Amino acid sequence: MSDTITFTIDGVEIQGRRGQTILEAADDAGVYIPRLCAFKDLSPYGACRVCTVMANGRPQAACTQPIAEGMVVENDTEQLKKVRRDIVEMLFVEGNHFCMFCEKSGNCELQAMAYRLGIAAPKYPYLNPKREVDASHPDILVDHNRCILCARCVRASKDLDGKNVFQFIGRGPHKKVGVNAEANLSDTNADVTDKALDVCPVGALLRKRVGYAVPVGKRLYDLEPIGSDIEAKRAGQEK
Amino acid sequence: MSTNGMKKITIEPVTRVEGHGKVTILLDEQNQVKQARLHIVEFRGFERFVQGRPYWEVPVLVERLCGICPVSHHLAAAKAMDWIVGGENLTPTAEKMRRLMHYGQMFQSHALHFFHLCSPDLLFGFDADVAIRNVIGVAAKYPALAVQGVMMRKYGQELIKATAGKKIHGTGAIPGGINKNLSIAERDGFLKDLDQMVEWSRSALKIAKDYTVAHLDTLASFGSFESSHLSLVRADGAMDLYHGNLKAIDAEGNSIFDQVDYQNYLDYIREEVRPWSYMKFPFITSLGPEKGWYRVGPLARLNTCTFIDTPEAEAARKEFMALTDGKPNNITMAYHWARMIELLHSIEKIKALLHDADLQGTDLVTKGNRRDEAVGLIEAPRGTLFHHYRVNKNDQIVMANLIVSTTNNNEPMNRAVELVARQHLSGVKITEGLLNRVEVAIRAYDPCLSCATHALGKMPLEMEILDAEGNVLDRKAR
Repeated sequence: MSDTITFTIDGVEIQGRRGQTILEAADDAGVYIPRLCAFKDLSPYGACRVCTVMANGRPQAACTQPIAEGMVVENDTEQLKKVRRDIVEMLFVEGNHFCMFCEKSGNCELQAMAYRLGIAAPKYPYLNPKREVDASHPDILVDHNRCILCARCVRASKDLDGKNVFQFIGRGPHKKVGVNAEANLSDTNADVTDKALDVCPVGALLRKRVGYAVPVGKRLYDLEPIGSDIEAKRAGQEK
Repeated sequence: MSTNGMKKITIEPVTRVEGHGKVTILLDEQNQVKQARLHIVEFRGFERFVQGRPYWEVPVLVERLCGICPVSHHLAAAKAMDWIVGGENLTPTAEKMRRLMHYGQMFQSHALHFFHLCSPDLLFGFDADVAIRNVIGVAAKYPALAVQGVMMRKYGQELIKATAGKKIHGTGAIPGGINKNLSIAERDGFLKDLDQMVEWSRSALKIAKDYTVAHLDTLASFGSFESSHLSLVRADGAMDLYHGNLKAIDAEGNSIFDQVDYQNYLDYIREEVRPWSYMKFPFITSLGPEKGWYRVGPLARLNTCTFIDTPEAEAARKEFMALTDGKPNNITMAYHWARMIELLHSIEKIKALLHDADLQGTDLVTKGNRRDEAVGLIEAPRGTLFHHYRVNKNDQIVMANLIVSTTNNNEPMNRAVELVARQHLSGVKITEGLLNRVEVAIRAYDPCLSCATHALGKMPLEMEILDAEGNVLDRKAR
């Protein structure tokens, strides 16, 4: 049996490897599918649903759905763009996201996604939830106001750091990232060198005292929209 | 509303100032002006919602107080945070980049105020029709001046962008330093237009000076009164808009205090709360709330400094001080002239900085021993700006107190309004002439009212007269 699987995304033929998800195969082919919880070094999780595509006519999370021979995937359609905008807008109103003074601004995947999807302001009412800041750790700040429950820190702490510092607690609107300790992050073995700190897509998990060290104009998404690095691969392949 | 048999006149909204305010004139039973109050009706709450935030976020958070002079808040907060991280002795590159940002801010703000907010009063006269006495009227009759105003503002804004990252609400100043230097390309861009900016600053100063001197008979008494003056000055007594020690003088020029380390400002300045305004009334502690009020801003700075360290502004200062024989100038309308001397001083400073190779340095941040409490002061375009913070061991703000420039000028603005009302109110009707003159007097202070109350909402301002029984006798809003 061949390891190569051929399928299409928006009518373009793509070659992937057996066992890859739609998202992985699309990344390799230089086709960007928007995502917030998926991260290259972490196992698929399917939390945010921003990567929703139509696979053989059914909505599927591209980050968890394996590719199959002859699969027809729709990605860049008006219908899916609307779905993604709605999801991202809901993420914005569900938390307290003040981009104007957030130190992650310009490096934030949520903000960059909103720009890429053309969201000027959410159409849903803000929920203005009361959330906590855990500043107890000497070198790490957790600002739950900005958390989008993507589980990247949960997965990275367990799988990359081998620590299990973070866990979800609560359900529904009460769900939040908790720490495996009696009270605060300072009671855990979290360390400033943990890989979990590198994967947060928003400004929820931060190294202290870094702040705005990178000037405007030099931040990750100041010049190119999110996903440009993946799309550049395709441009390279076409040359 | 009536107070002890008095009547009340209210003016709102006051136009061409930043923010929202309301003027109430209280009359006594003989319909004479008893008291005038400039109410600030907004409430903002920055001091409360900065609590719990990490200290390094504060310079970028609090600058959202204002879209006109965010740089002042950005830098005052950054100076406080320098102290928190023990990095108050900035590297030459960091200090000079911040100074360039600040002089750029001073330049654009003073240009905006002079050309677009106050020039209609000076060019058309206080009694001109409001339909032409505005920035559109200036653009129609004096197009060259209007363009200069726009271009000078742009030059200052570009300097802010090059140092802070954005024209409005940048991120350049960080605790203990700055996050970028000035590239050669950026520097050369500014050098190209520099001579034009100096030339236009000279001519703006000439307009303000000639106007003041030509109309001295009327202006000398217009809303004017003797007052103390307060500002930062350099250790050698020179004007320094970015950093220095506190100095206060009385109306005669006698020292009240001098070279006070502003970390100890609470030993010298207190704030009084009055039930009818959200804006507090600061006063010099040793003189008490009745006599301790003072003025800040361009007029105060010209009065407190012993010299200016740039040649053209120093020559202009000498001319300015000669008007009052070297004594403090207490003429409210002289604020405009003083402001234009600072405009010229700022561009002279910008010129010197642009030729300084330290701006291309790469040593941007410094740190020392962490502290829990800090005060940051700066001379903002509108006057001395105080930021005071306490930080807990987890790096979170637990206390913030801001005394903004316009708050320092609260009592003087009230006095100016009261004087103008006494001089120009006849009967119990709000005439155009009265409305105009009250606005002109307030505008001399270039107040930023939304900032001063840390306010929610936007400006306009109204005027009202109420009689002893609480009846509204007249009310006007533009």
